Amino acid sequence: MNVHEYQAKELLRSYGVAVPQGRLATTPAEAEKAARALAADVVVVKAQVHAGGRGKAGGIKLARSPAEAKQAASDILGMTLRTHQTGAEGKVVRKVYVEAGCDIDRELYLGIVLDRSAEKLAVIASTQGGVDIEEVADKSPDKILTAHIDPRVGLKPYQIRQVGFGLGLDAEQVRKLEVFLGGLYRLITEKDGSLAEINPLVVTRQGELLALDCKLNFDDNALARHPDVRSLRDPEEEDPRERDAAELGLSYVGLDGDIGCMVNGAGLAMATMDMIDVCGGRPANFLDVGGGTDREKVASAFKLILRDPNVKAILVNIFGGIVRCDLIAEGIVAAARELRVSVPLVVRLQGTNSAEGRAILETSGLALTPAETLAEAGEKAVAAARGA
Amino acid sequence: MAILCGRETKLLIQGVGRMGTYHAQLSLDYGTRVVGGVAPGKGGSRVLDLPVFDTVREAVAETGADASAIFVPPAGAADAVLEAADAGLAVAVCVTEHIPVLDMLEAKTALRGSRTRLVGPNCPGIVVPEQCRLGIMPAAITKPGPVGVVSRSGTLTYEAVDQLSRLGIGQSTCLGIGGDPIIGTTFIDALELFEADPETRAVVLIGEIGGSAEEEAAEFIRSEMKTPVAAFIAGQKAPPGKRMGHAGAIIAGGKGKASDKIAALERAGIAVAPSPAEIGRTLVEHVPSLRS
Repeated sequence: MNVHEYQAKELLRSYGVAVPQGRLATTPAEAEKAARALAADVVVVKAQVHAGGRGKAGGIKLARSPAEAKQAASDILGMTLRTHQTGAEGKVVRKVYVEAGCDIDRELYLGIVLDRSAEKLAVIASTQGGVDIEEVADKSPDKILTAHIDPRVGLKPYQIRQVGFGLGLDAEQVRKLEVFLGGLYRLITEKDGSLAEINPLVVTRQGELLALDCKLNFDDNALARHPDVRSLRDPEEEDPRERDAAELGLSYVGLDGDIGCMVNGAGLAMATMDMIDVCGGRPANFLDVGGGTDREKVASAFKLILRDPNVKAILVNIFGGIVRCDLIAEGIVAAARELRVSVPLVVRLQGTNSAEGRAILETSGLALTPAETLAEAGEKAVAAARGA
Repeated sequence: MAILCGRETKLLIQGVGRMGTYHAQLSLDYGTRVVGGVAPGKGGSRVLDLPVFDTVREAVAETGADASAIFVPPAGAADAVLEAADAGLAVAVCVTEHIPVLDMLEAKTALRGSRTRLVGPNCPGIVVPEQCRLGIMPAAITKPGPVGVVSRSGTLTYEAVDQLSRLGIGQSTCLGIGGDPIIGTTFIDALELFEADPETRAVVLIGEIGGSAEEEAAEFIRSEMKTPVAAFIAGQKAPPGKRMGHAGAIIAGGKGKASDKIAALERAGIAVAPSPAEIGRTLVEHVPSLRS
């Protein structure tokens, strides 16, 4: 789960990680008031959306007076921000964060991520702050400092010193980094964070360390034990179809093709998309209906797929292991009737009770196209979408 | 022979709720020696006419069990893994999905040096055809033979196994290692076991987007294996930054793309199936001797 910058900074502050003073505003008047309260020479008005690249897209503005802050907020609030992370449709800005400006001496990068190969959390740091860390890692890997953390002993002071001196901080600043990075690590481990990225971490002309921008992600699977983190969820920022799917216990990702997919199992669902591609078509979505699939889930899955106006055909690919194909077939027939599915439906049932399942489809009177193998299913779905 | 388990394996079911009990029955039906269940607070009761114990240690002492299949809900699953290791089981298959990553990080670290081999979590488990079934795989599609199958997926594994069986090619062991970012047995662990198994004459590896386990496996195959390997990577059309069902199936920061994995595998001399429908055919063409 992602959170907004202002929420992330609130959490950082509570863990002793230094962040600039700031206030949230939802109207230009509130932004003006916030700027006045901050009493800084310069304030920064920042769009609050779950996406990076806000500055380049016009979502971050400097203001030298409360009146300018009001104007900046009025420009940003309500705008549709399009960045490399929002996709073409962009994101509507509903909130701005008004933050005290600071005198920047250096911009660094600091993050904590899961290193899957090492099977450890890792601190990643770089003197190249304010730019994309992946780009730095590609172009100048020597500029990246890494410290792996053994979960049995945690992040130790020597590791923070290695990172701090490696970043060219002086002794006093390294002491500040111990508090800063120590707090960040505690936040990640106590709240089940899956990613923390401070970019840039600023060294001010006064020698202070400040988290100027930050991104925090949390492990969805651990939200149950962190009601405080869960309460930070902003449904407005989520893709409405993905959100609804999650509530129904389905896993859905919208794509830009025209063949809707309904599959049991994530691996087979990805493979079904690949199959459609090999056959010259384009999938409209990834959809895993999961293991305990029943009639209701099948109906919900159809509804979800059909919300996408681009869908010209639907491919159902079920490999019955634990799931029985006859039950799935009943669900497909019931849902197709109830929803009056008008696009061509290609159905492949394989595995447990597949013969019974196919018999149910054949005698249903519905115009379904059965398929035996994965390749046949892909070809028929692509042909159906072209013919529609 | 097979890897990880076989006819002699004595299986415990940790978590005898609806799903655990259902799969215990299917494993029994397949001929697996299921010897009991573990459910804290239910010790002394019986499920499927098998004894239920409060702790894994007690179950091992009473039944001589050496393996377990874990069906404990996510909040307690990592703890169940640690309990299985503490009791000295040889193999623990964790079926549970949605375990917090930090829980697994801790459990995996604690398991280093222990004699317990964890499979999963978020995995379908193991089938040794006509010998035993640990987990939730549909054993009926398997067939005994010379091919080891290892996969991060569930139903896509069934698809691959089904393709092999239909071509008349049986399997030595079918193994799902799980779709999570942190898992017990890795591709390399499984490949090492298959390489050492005299009955495994070829291996099918099924990977997917996310992480770099396939790249690491490719390097291992190139440098350490004589057994031929064919592979398929799912998610060639997956968009970056989106989690594709499995917690570990995500292209993040330009890393974990299917194209990079396929390139690494091909560089290592592994035959990569161009489509998921051709996993079986790709293996047969790569290892023609399997036909005989």
